[in-house]
Amino acid sequence: MFFLLATLAVAASIGMLVARSPVSSALWLVLTMFCIAGLYLTLNAAFIGVVQILVYAGAIMVLFLFVIMLLNLSALPELSDINWTWGAAFVLGIGVLSQLLYMVALEFDLGVEPVSAEQAATSGSAESLGLMLYTRYALHLEVAAILLLAATVGAVMLAQRRFE
Amino acid sequence: MEVALNWYLSLSAVLFTIGTLGVLFRRNAIVVLMSVELMLNAVNLTLVALSQSMGDASGQMLVFFAIAVAAAEAAVGLAIVIAIFRSKVTVDITEIDLFKG
Repeated sequence: MFFLLATLAVAASIGMLVARSPVSSALWLVLTMFCIAGLYLTLNAAFIGVVQILVYAGAIMVLFLFVIMLLNLSALPELSDINWTWGAAFVLGIGVLSQLLYMVALEFDLGVEPVSAEQAATSGSAESLGLMLYTRYALHLEVAAILLLAATVGAVMLAQRRFE
Repeated sequence: MEVALNWYLSLSAVLFTIGTLGVLFRRNAIVVLMSVELMLNAVNLTLVALSQSMGDASGQMLVFFAIAVAAAEAAVGLAIVIAIFRSKVTVDITEIDLFKG
């Protein structure tokens, strides 16, 4: 199950990278989000998986598609990618990937024993996360609420004004 | 857990790299923002994998707040794209060069 979802996620994100039109990029990214949500479910993190589908695939990607629709990008000429930056970008990408995989390959000692699937299901359930969210992380929740409000107001202000 | 933790970490490294390449390759500002979302998702996957294998739910709280901040970031970023589109009628990031003297 993991390998199926992982292959699909990588394939869909490459599809997002090479798709010509931004609409198909967005739809490939939606597929990637669903695969990542499925991966959360294989990790027994049910709550985060559902939040991933609701917020990312549901809200954020609809926002992206809405803006693409609003700007009517299909009326614009298609952007051809510049050739000379490809080499540099590719080298940088390979550098980032090899660095990250090197860190994974080091197999650093976490200092704790891996827990069983039952324990993982308990720690990933909505009940235990909700309990933490409203006790230990209550202040963080308030700050996140204020941040979202400020972002909403700021986004409306930014999109409304016309600057020369 | 039947699949080793390292597979999850490697997958998120690959997804992060694809996101980086998207930011570097593409010229459409909206696709660049989508690639940033993909990078955020890759990091979230790392956090959830480590959190679940260590049995500590704090990592998942961090992911929860990261998703909230990502939603705010997407909203503000797209509002900036709309504002730029109104003044310059383009979403090509190579043509947005107000600082270029």
